[in-house]
Amino acid sequence: MIIVKHELRQGRISLMIWTATIAFMMGICILIFPDMSSDMGDLGRMFSDMGSFSAAFGMDKINFGEFTGFFAVECGNILGLGGAFYAAYIGIMALSKEEKEHTAEFLLSHPVSRTRIVAEKLLAVFLQILVLNAVTAAVTAAGILVIREEVQAETMVLLLAAYLLMQIETAAVSFGISAFLSRSGPGIGIGLAALLYFLNIAANLTEKLKFLKYITPFGYTDGAEIIADGALQTGFLATGLVLGAAGLISAFWYYTRKDIVS
Amino acid sequence: MKVIQTNDLTKYYGKQRGIVNLNLSVEQGDFYGFIGPNGAGKSTTIKILLGLISATGGRAEVLGKDIRKNKTDILSRIGYLPSETMFYGGMRVREILRFSADLRKKDCDDEAKRLCERLELDPARKAEELSLGNRKKVGIVCAMQHKPELYIMDEPTSGLDPLMQKEFFSLLKERNQEGATVFLSSHVLSEVQRYCSHAAVIRDGRIMVSDSVEHLGNTEAKRVTVRGIRELPDLEKIRDAEVSEDAVSFLYGGRPNALLKALSGLPVTDLTITEPDLEEVFIHYYEEEV
Repeated sequence: MIIVKHELRQGRISLMIWTATIAFMMGICILIFPDMSSDMGDLGRMFSDMGSFSAAFGMDKINFGEFTGFFAVECGNILGLGGAFYAAYIGIMALSKEEKEHTAEFLLSHPVSRTRIVAEKLLAVFLQILVLNAVTAAVTAAGILVIREEVQAETMVLLLAAYLLMQIETAAVSFGISAFLSRSGPGIGIGLAALLYFLNIAANLTEKLKFLKYITPFGYTDGAEIIADGALQTGFLATGLVLGAAGLISAFWYYTRKDIVS
Repeated sequence: MKVIQTNDLTKYYGKQRGIVNLNLSVEQGDFYGFIGPNGAGKSTTIKILLGLISATGGRAEVLGKDIRKNKTDILSRIGYLPSETMFYGGMRVREILRFSADLRKKDCDDEAKRLCERLELDPARKAEELSLGNRKKVGIVCAMQHKPELYIMDEPTSGLDPLMQKEFFSLLKERNQEGATVFLSSHVLSEVQRYCSHAAVIRDGRIMVSDSVEHLGNTEAKRVTVRGIRELPDLEKIRDAEVSEDAVSFLYGGRPNALLKALSGLPVTDLTITEPDLEEVFIHYYEEEV
């Protein structure tokens, strides 16, 4: 696990910054909920009556005055979008950075198979995502305790699990792309995450684009659906798992054959 | 035993030529120089030997094994120094050396310390603060600290000052005397002539000649320097001529009698005939087909 350790060490500052930022924003969001809910009055109805805008963000099906509804939209966007950006960033950089920074020759001239290098780098990516999500889950739990709000633990776990799975899928797809890159990566990763986010918004706006939810992992993180069904949307999740697996298979297949020129 | 053996090794990058039908043979315990200008195919050959890139055709065996099938085993017995040594940012020299040793599952602390002392390398320095020469030294320690059987060095002295170059070659010589094989690519012919026992000249992806360094320097052509004249004598098979105020110098590949006859009527004050150095031989191989 030398490479896992090395990758975690190399990515520790980035992980700390992303985790602290997302956890801090989520913590603030949770702490302001009691004030918001008491002042809410007709605000909740207003949020759900904004037509397409409400639909785009799933606010038409959610009770904003309840903590889970509030959490699914507000905190969901912070952890969903922030987590997806981070997952895409570390996924896309994992393999491509070695060639971009000209360290590939150093690493690959050591007696470690490329399959093992890919596997250890992938494990490091997943571990970093797990750390980010564990910290944000802990901050969420602490925030709930501080504001003394009663929540349905099962729904909260489902919501957090959906965001985690979404980040893992985004990272897996980005990781697959990373194997094919030898130069720039971050722009493609962040761009991919943003594209997937907006595909979900487009899918929420019209039934004609509903199929996009099978493509974007944001499809199964729709808080309104999770709260209503008390379960994850297995159809969207299944296609997400297939896309993630395709990303990983292509990473292993291509990187073990790739010419390392620089 | 052949430590490196390639048969018709070929590599094309798309339509661009890398190397073509390259045949190399390096014996165990050899100190082998691989000479050629930039873009000739030296690095491509080395990268294939290390499994960094795949050959388009032909075969390559290192330490008696096929590089495609036994890459990990082969790499565990090789010390490689790339032409451009780059390391991970944020790491100190000692961390880079330990990371390299850990990847080899070896404890090389003592040897790394010894090599750092000889190369005057501070292990506490950060990678991003290192000069080109110091980065090279880190690369050298990484390549040598596990005491491999085969050293593959791609233009190893670029960036090193003359004293460090001397120290580096004395380290390599020691390892060579202990039985290790050294394969180094270079376009500095003087160092190949000074340290290598065998060498191959590569041009446009093809081996032009490979032989012992002694034989390579021992061509039929001689370097002739004649003082007292300002014009070249009327001779055939003259090349690489230089004319100064009171002397002419040229490589002469013809018969001695013809040379003496041509000089006999001239006001010669001094005459020296020497073996050409490897650089002249090298240029000879390059100019031959231009």
